[in-house]
Amino acid sequence: MRVARASMLAALLCLAVAAFAAIAQAQLAVPQLTGRVVDQTGTLSADAIARLDQKLKAFEAKKGSQIAVLIVPTTQPEAIEQFSIRVAEAWKIGRKKVDDGAILLVAKGDRKLRIEVGYGLEGALPDVTAKRIIDEIITPKFKTGDFEGGIEAGVDRMVSVIDGEPLPEPEPQHEWSPESFDQLSGWAIPLIFGTLFVNGFLQSLFGRMAASAVTGGVIGGVAWIFGLGWMIALFAGFAAFLFAMFVDLFSGGGSGFGSGRRRGGGVFPGGSWSGGSSGSSGGGFSGGGGSFGGGGASGSW
Amino acid sequence: MRRLLTVLAALATLSLTNCGYNTIQSEDQEVKSTWSEVVNQYQRRADLVPNLVNSVKGFAQQEKDVLLGVTNARAKVGSVQATPEVLNDPAAFQKFQAAQGELSSALSRLLVVTENYPQLKSDALFSNLMAQLEGTENRITVARNRYIKAVQAYNVTVRSVPTNFTAMMFGYKEKPNFTVENEKDISTAPKVDFNPTPAPAPAK
Repeated sequence: MRVARASMLAALLCLAVAAFAAIAQAQLAVPQLTGRVVDQTGTLSADAIARLDQKLKAFEAKKGSQIAVLIVPTTQPEAIEQFSIRVAEAWKIGRKKVDDGAILLVAKGDRKLRIEVGYGLEGALPDVTAKRIIDEIITPKFKTGDFEGGIEAGVDRMVSVIDGEPLPEPEPQHEWSPESFDQLSGWAIPLIFGTLFVNGFLQSLFGRMAASAVTGGVIGGVAWIFGLGWMIALFAGFAAFLFAMFVDLFSGGGSGFGSGRRRGGGVFPGGSWSGGSSGSSGGGFSGGGGSFGGGGASGSW
Repeated sequence: MRRLLTVLAALATLSLTNCGYNTIQSEDQEVKSTWSEVVNQYQRRADLVPNLVNSVKGFAQQEKDVLLGVTNARAKVGSVQATPEVLNDPAAFQKFQAAQGELSSALSRLLVVTENYPQLKSDALFSNLMAQLEGTENRITVARNRYIKAVQAYNVTVRSVPTNFTAMMFGYKEKPNFTVENEKDISTAPKVDFNPTPAPAPAK
């Protein structure tokens, strides 16, 4: 007993130290990707944001390449390059395997900016070109205080430079893709345990059939909430339902609750599938899985 | 019956992890590929050096020793082995790191010197090369960070309890990580000298 208490104390102490260390580091959190233009400083007017967003959306539809704009007050305690690569790795702008993403990052308080270029665009937008866009197009405008103009002109130039580069054709959007299965396999073990746990709990309330059905619905809902796509959620839910039924049969009615009490105790909850029905979230922007290697250029004004 | 099933289920789940062999494989591959990227970016930097030296020579040929220093450092880097085998040999890894470190110092000495030549700084070729050099240095940093993360994951797997037996059985050892060179030098604050030696008179 004393040993258990001591080890628990040690674990808590470790957690406390780790938490303290995390606070002490205090790196800036990567901002949420709420759209193609994320402005944390209120520099751009709503009009300008809408215009830019439209332009970038049309460009993505036409060319497939994704460009994002991020304006933050500061990147301290990190250098803009360190912050920028963290943002790029989190947002994953650009198409997977093509890696044709670019991010224009402005740290307004630090008076620094950077164009972060994905692997696939390093031919179209090499460091020298990025540096020239920054020095010749953006910073002159920034120096006069014209932030909107500078950003728009910079984005225009980036678009025209990338436009000239031969890239794979953009694909029409669809939810069902082979990659979704890779995501699912990472979730497999937690979902299996979740199924057993939920099912065991529900068995004591409802009875075998209904419990399995509800478990299937819950697992499907969980999968959908975690962004695995509605078809995957449907599949996961159905698999969980079958698994739950199977486990029940195997364990011979469980601890004596399920089969004894309330047989056929369930209205088959038809609503449990509703979690997976709505499909694509209209207008939401998300990175395409592109990766970055640290290419691009920085500048200041 | 129930208990037997539970035990079987537990064993089945454990076997899903196949005692870490596959993890070691994939992490080892990750280490190798991130190392290749590091070597790639260092190579890219080395390739920039001859052009950089030439462009500086056009404006500052009297800075012979600095230019020579850079050229020699670059030659040394070229002679050091940089294949994935380096990862299995800590001494070779040290040599590689030392050679790259020397090139870094030589380049920073060169850049300090170019501060004295405003004409050089406004030269288009030089500023292009500087943009490329900065980009490459950033890429080197990113590649090193990714390598460090990969090696960390691999080393932890090779040392953690269930998987270290698998590692020992198949002969997988820890891989070297980048060290901060000259820790003592870095921990002392650099002296800032506001009276640099005056620039030598331009050649007639």
